[in-house]
Order: sequence, then structure tokens, then C-alpha cells
Amino acid sequence: MLEVSKLACSRGDHRLFSGLNFSLNPGQIMQVQGANGSGKTSLLRTLCGFMMPDEGDIVWNGETIRELGEDYYAELLYLGHLNAIKDELSALENLRISAGLSGVALDESEAIAALRRMGLRGREALPTKVLSQGQRRRVALARLMVSDARLWILDEPLTALDVGAVALIQETIAEHLAQQGMVIFTTHQPLQVAGVEMQSLTLS
Amino acid sequence: MKKNSLLDLFVLVIRRDLVLAMRRRADVLTTLVFFVMVVSLFPLGVGPEMAMLRKMAPGVLWVAALLASMLSLGRLFSADYLDGTLEQMMLAPQSLSMLVLGKMTAHWMVSGLPLVLMAPVLGLQFDMAAQPLGVLVVGLLLGTPVLSMIGAIGAALTLGLRGGGVLLSLLVLPLCIPVLIFGTGAVEAISSGLSVVSHLSLLGAMLVLSLVFTPWVTAQALRISME
Repeated sequence: MLEVSKLACSRGDHRLFSGLNFSLNPGQIMQVQGANGSGKTSLLRTLCGFMMPDEGDIVWNGETIRELGEDYYAELLYLGHLNAIKDELSALENLRISAGLSGVALDESEAIAALRRMGLRGREALPTKVLSQGQRRRVALARLMVSDARLWILDEPLTALDVGAVALIQETIAEHLAQQGMVIFTTHQPLQVAGVEMQSLTLS
Repeated sequence: MKKNSLLDLFVLVIRRDLVLAMRRRADVLTTLVFFVMVVSLFPLGVGPEMAMLRKMAPGVLWVAALLASMLSLGRLFSADYLDGTLEQMMLAPQSLSMLVLGKMTAHWMVSGLPLVLMAPVLGLQFDMAAQPLGVLVVGLLLGTPVLSMIGAIGAALTLGLRGGGVLLSLLVLPLCIPVLIFGTGAVEAISSGLSVVSHLSLLGAMLVLSLVFTPWVTAQALRISME
């Protein structure tokens, strides 16, 4: 369970938000809303531990994430604006490496199955530089299919995706929540997950 | 699904960086060609005086190796930083220092090891005898990994800065001076009939110290650069 209390964050001299409190229990999903520049990405990056908050605590299962360090990272999956895929590598190599970095050793058949589920059949062995923007995003999102992390932090997961892929992501998120996972995400597109109450946090 | 151990992760990073280097071969060749060119210019510029060439050979080779290793440092973390892979490395469930050590090792294999292998051939241009040549290669073998590791600290500190390349050289070159002194010192010692053990032991000690401390320092520098 993730608990955030009195969180404050600033960029340079500009205070983005302060006094932020929320908690997320297993099986819950939360959407972070706000205008451009309101600090959505900064909040997500703070939750990942990239940025130190000015004030406040982020607590995972009773311990702050600073104390947990790598034990927290083992339960976290972060997908940012950047896809973290290499142009020179094929979709398959990219997926196996990024899964490997997050601690999951993936064999070839599992990786191919995940890519095919993301609608990349026949593109597994192509270098990702020949893929379209949406297809690259699908390669990055294929990590969701093979992850065993409890907490997913997704920054604009739906950019560049078509309707079919959006439906697929909604389905994947629903499965993750059904297995007592947790999701925090931002998006400017509508995203509905069937049968789950969506919490929302608005930054201003 | 199987879990990755610390060693698996270390090997994964090395393999990934080597595969990437093989697919961007131009980058690797630049370092090597630069090294060969700089070293070859000296005999042409100075003239064919054997005694003088023999005397300056270790210095020229070491300085060229030092400069060549600076060339590729800028790319050590910047590609991963720009495409977001570095973020994912920081979220790896194992120590970031180990991943950094993997990147340093791969960097040395791509930009340090070829220089070591090329050095005996280039040494012949300076009319070096077999024994000094052997000492030079051993010295380079011990010293070039230190250059990669110290350089990685600088690369991590200047990550994302505009004009970071010049700053990187200013930061790193002074720190590499001890390696240069003992590396060339060893060759001069053997040429004048002295023992090389002390010089090479000191180089070895620097290598061990760097192996222990630089991955951790680089990992901290990367965390600061990511904020």
C-alpha cells in the first residue's frame, strides 16, 4: 500500500504543489489530473524516487521509499514519456533487455508472446527505428504484459496509440487491478477501466 | 518467470552495450583511428631520429591513449539518458553501482582494449625493443580501465549539460595524470635497466581502488544528474 503525506515539490523557485495527501490500496487505480505544467510528471517522478520532495513522506507498506531503496524498485514499474527503447535493437531484444533490467529474466517465447499480444506480430525481429511512433510505444508498453511489479506508474501511457491499443491497455490494467495491483497514471485521453472505481487527484 | 541475480544484471548490461557498439561500429572505429593517427603523426613530424623516437614513444602512446579514451566518454551515458533507458536502470531492483560497473566494463572493452592491442604495432614505428614494448602493453592493460572508470564519473557529472564535452575533459584529465606518470615511468624504468615492479604495482593498486570506489561515485553522480 502506498501512502503519501504532506508532499511538497518544486521546480527551481516555482512551487508545484504542497500539502498533498493520498493513499492507494491494492486493487485501486488513481488518475492524476491537471493542466499542462501543473506538476503531474514531477509528482510521478517523485513517487519513483528520481526527485527528492521538498517536504513530506512517501511510504510503501509502512516504510519510506528512501529506506526501502531497491526493495521498492522491485515492486515498481515506471513508464515515462520516453520509451526507453534503442533504435538499433529489435523489438524482441528491447523487451528482453528492459524486462531484464527490471529483474525479470524473460525467455524468447515469452517475449514474443507479449509482443504479439501488443499487436506486433511479424515485427518482433525488426530494428525499432523502422517502426512507427505508435508501434514503438507498443514495444515499450509490452513491458506491462510481462511485469510482476505491484505498483504501476504510467505517465501518459496512451500517447500515439490507436483505438485498438487503448482498449488493450485498459484490459491489461483491469487484469492487473484484479490481481491486487495498483496503478497511478496521467492521461489527457479518456481511459475507462470496467468495474473499478477510479480515484482522481487534481493538481492546480 | 526467472529472477535476475546481480551477476545476471551485470552480464546483461555488458552484452547490451557490446551489441549496441557492434551496430554502431563507426563510433568504435573513431576512437581507434584517432589513436592510430595521433601516434603515427609523431614519427612523421619529429623526423627519423631513432634515439629520440625511442625516448618519446611511451609518452606519445600514453597521451594518445588518454585523449582517445576521452573521445568516447561523452557517449557513455548520454544515449541512455536521452532515450530514457537510464531512468529504467535507476529503477532496477539491484544496485545501480553494479549496472554502472557493467557499463564501464563494456566501455573499456570497446574503447580501451582495442588501443591496448594496437599499441605493439604502433610501438614499432618508434623502434621500441621487445621488452619495453611488453611493459608498455601491460601498463596500458592496467591503466586504460582506470581511465574508463575515472572518465565515467566525469561523464555522469556532466550529463545533460550543454557543452559538457569540454567540461568533461577539464574534469577528468587532471585526475588521469597519476596513471600517465606511472604508465610511462614503467617503460622508462625498463629501458634504463631498472625494475618495473613498483610502477606496475602502483598502476594495479589504482585499478583496484577505482574498481571499488568509482562505480559507487558514478551512481551517486547519475542520481544527482537525473533530478
